[in-house]
Amino acid sequence: MQLTEIRIAGFGGQGVILSAMVLGKAASIFEKGYATVTQNFGPEARGGACSAQLIISDAPVAYPYVTQPDIMVVMSQEAYNRFAPELKDGGTLIVEQDLVRVTGLDKKKEIKVYGIPATRIAEGLGKKMVLNSVMVGFFTALTGLLDPDAVRKAVADSVPSNFRELNLQAFDKGFECGSTAAPDNVEAQLEAETVTEG
Amino acid sequence: MKADPRGVLTGEHFIDGDHACCEGALAAGARFAAGYPITPSTEVVERFAARVPTVGGTFIQMEDELAASITLQGGVWAGAKAFTVTSGPGFSLMMEHIGYAAMTETPCVFVDVQRGGPSTGLPTLPAQADMMQARWGSHGDYAVIALCPNSPQECFDLTIKAFNLSEEFRVPVMFMMDEVVGHMTEKVVIPPADQIEIVPRKHTKESVEEFQPYKTNGDLVPEIAHAGEGYRFHVTGLTHDERGYPNMTPQTQDKLVRRLQNKITSAADRIAMFEEAHLKDADVVVVSYGITSRVAQRAIDTAREQGLRVGKLRLITAWPFPEKKIRQLAGRVKAFVVPELNLGQMALEVERAAAGRAKTFSLTHAGGGVHRPEDILKVIVEASR
Amino acid sequence: MSTDLNTDLLNNDLLNTDLPDDDLVNPVEPFLRTDRMPHIWCPGCGIGTTVNCFARALIESKIDLQSLALVSGIGCTGRVAGYVALDSFHTTHGRAIPFATGLKLANPKLNVVVYSGDGDLSAIGGNHLIHAARRNIDLKVICVNNLIYAMTGGQTAPTTPDHATTSTNPYGTFEPSFNLPHLVEAAGAVYVARWTTFHVRQLARAIGEAFQKKGFSFIEVISPCPTLYQRRNKLGDSLDTMKYYKAKSKVKNGAPTSEVGLTISGEIIVGKFVDRERPDYQSMMRAQYVDSLGDRFVEPMEAEVCS
Ligand SMILES: Cc1ncc(C[n+]2csc(CCOP(=O)(O)OP(=O)(O)O)c2C)c(N)n1
Ligand code: SF4
Ligand SMILES: [Mg+2]
Repeated sequence: MQLTEIRIAGFGGQGVILSAMVLGKAASIFEKGYATVTQNFGPEARGGACSAQLIISDAPVAYPYVTQPDIMVVMSQEAYNRFAPELKDGGTLIVEQDLVRVTGLDKKKEIKVYGIPATRIAEGLGKKMVLNSVMVGFFTALTGLLDPDAVRKAVADSVPSNFRELNLQAFDKGFECGSTAAPDNVEAQLEAETVTEG
Repeated sequence: MKADPRGVLTGEHFIDGDHACCEGALAAGARFAAGYPITPSTEVVERFAARVPTVGGTFIQMEDELAASITLQGGVWAGAKAFTVTSGPGFSLMMEHIGYAAMTETPCVFVDVQRGGPSTGLPTLPAQADMMQARWGSHGDYAVIALCPNSPQECFDLTIKAFNLSEEFRVPVMFMMDEVVGHMTEKVVIPPADQIEIVPRKHTKESVEEFQPYKTNGDLVPEIAHAGEGYRFHVTGLTHDERGYPNMTPQTQDKLVRRLQNKITSAADRIAMFEEAHLKDADVVVVSYGITSRVAQRAIDTAREQGLRVGKLRLITAWPFPEKKIRQLAGRVKAFVVPELNLGQMALEVERAAAGRAKTFSLTHAGGGVHRPEDILKVIVEASR
Repeated sequence: MSTDLNTDLLNNDLLNTDLPDDDLVNPVEPFLRTDRMPHIWCPGCGIGTTVNCFARALIESKIDLQSLALVSGIGCTGRVAGYVALDSFHTTHGRAIPFATGLKLANPKLNVVVYSGDGDLSAIGGNHLIHAARRNIDLKVICVNNLIYAMTGGQTAPTTPDHATTSTNPYGTFEPSFNLPHLVEAAGAVYVARWTTFHVRQLARAIGEAFQKKGFSFIEVISPCPTLYQRRNKLGDSLDTMKYYKAKSKVKNGAPTSEVGLTISGEIIVGKFVDRERPDYQSMMRAQYVDSLGDRFVEPMEAEVCS
């Protein structure tokens, strides 16, 4: 678990902050690592946009901010436009594919792009609200950064008890998608699709 | 004395600094808080409001900070450990009662989660620009203690420390957080209650007849009694004698005000807490506190990778200022680099303590964000020359 | 009018009272810090009279002195805290009520009295006054209303009546003034009365009644400040003021508080204006917690934390 900078961004109500909390908790409480989550509390945090920064490491984290994210999860077009250029060369970009159209990525940076219709999957499970758990599952499988059991525990520990089961289902579903996803295919698929929402 | 287990949420938590501060207060035995909402501090009292009725205690949201800062002192004199929480604009309003607490020797804690100022400034963004206000903000001469946590874990640990110091010295303790530390989430380990040391109130053992509320026995800190215990004592913000009676003569004033100051300054070495690294071989020492210490850490690491002999001195106690430590270092280092989220406040203290024997580089920032580590690095390089 | 003029009172000798003669030992003495006498008040000042009435109320109502705490703000009246032999707190200007709130909430067994001036309570402390009344904090507030900021030399207060001359309105005031009973009733006080320093028995009785109430009680005492108010307004000395109080006071228990505003030399409506029941803050707080938290609710500690 070497020092990894992660940004998660989207809009309010998508569980952006909660996703960061779950992953951070998994790393630092249910595994032996360290994690620091900071949120953007600036005036821009009001209204739509919402973003969290998560640093995971096997040593205590001093500098708490993301400078060049290794991994970025974006769940809105606005967040994509704003943050995607920050990504590190060879970094990983995970998008909510129904909401984000991946355009203008610098090919030389060799960024691996993965997409998942997290909202649709969550709706399929009966509650749109759990899309963040779908995303967290997807993230866990794709990145291999954290022990899936630890993340599962963190999900269970972070959601209201009456929604625990549903969130775990959502996590599993996302994890399943992540286990089979291949970056290039997704990218091709993304480019073929027209995104109407944003 | 060990902590009352009812207030101690033993375990590992992934919480932010504001919440950790609240847990620290509960663990320290705080059972009374009065507050007035203000970003970015409100989460502390929100959590307290949710937790304290299940622990046994009271939270009241007052009509303003003038009220909150004196209501808590009523709570203290009724026997509770009490605190309030605010940020810049509210801290300004509380100054009157920080002075009252200093004058009446009311043990209590004022938490200031610093944001950008002056005035309403930057409600949601960080600064460290209340450091001098914490020391000097109320009129007249007095001394306080101020602590600067740099992580949620320290927000927990040092809040307990803040309460303990307030009880030991009967002094208001300023808990100087900043917005980043307040809103940053990390693991916080809360130990079992029997591993948390609590300083009990310095309650008098004198009989009702013998008790004098401001008489000291050698250690400069008088013993206290609470309302309702039969002592029928008097407390006033006027200059008072050992009986607590107003006595407005230069002699009484001199004796009282010097004692209020001396009880803190004479214990400065004991109160001083700092974290240090690489001081032995250092040419340059970065002096920082709060969130800035974590930004500086990155610059220090990079500088040392480049072979520069840089040391770190992180102030955990800001007041009383650990000037002895700086004075000692000034004899053997070239320079101090002092980054802080203000236009140069603690840098003045470093400069004063260094007394010209080492240079002081004040690395200012008006707040709203943190320094860029590379900017700190640049000054370290310059100072090393 | 039940009481005749009492010259002892006019002399404002704290150690004299008009209690029955069979009290050989001065009954008020045990309530005072005799080691702090003489007090600072001017001859003819009404504040001492109110303190006598207060002490008398404590005797008559058999109030337990150990559980009694008295809190003052700053002002001539604010000095009362320094003279009573009780747990007494002389706080900052305007903040007696929030300090008292802290005492009461942290130790509900305490009987907490706030004793302060009109300026302290209704100007700089006005916000705390209305909010404490709104919350119905169980406090007994005694407001000595001398219609002026006395301690600082006779400046205009929110209570100074129309056209009175003060040091800061040397050509006469023109601001409308507060009618304090009306204000605190509107804010939620459960007990509101007004007497003058002429009405010593009624005042003592009112203080006793306030001790029987649970909730925010407010007693306004119209009191002379011969030094700064009466003299400057050519209203004579304290004896003249007593005559005025006697002649122009009208007891109207239950009078609508909207009709009890004061003027510079007009009628003074006195009496018990409000006496009603409303759950006090701590009862409401407890009920709410019990309702929401059930078994998880833990009773607030009663000052056992630190002693
Ligand atoms: C913050 C502050 N502002 C101003 C003062 C000065 N001050 C002292 S007493 C007082 C007015 C007191 O008036 P009142 O409450 O009516 O009491 P009185 O002296 O008339 O009994 C003022 C303005 C102060 N002590 N503190
Ligand atoms: S100035 Fe007025 S209120 Fe103050 S003591 Fe003298 S007479 Fe009383
Ligand atoms: Mg007055």
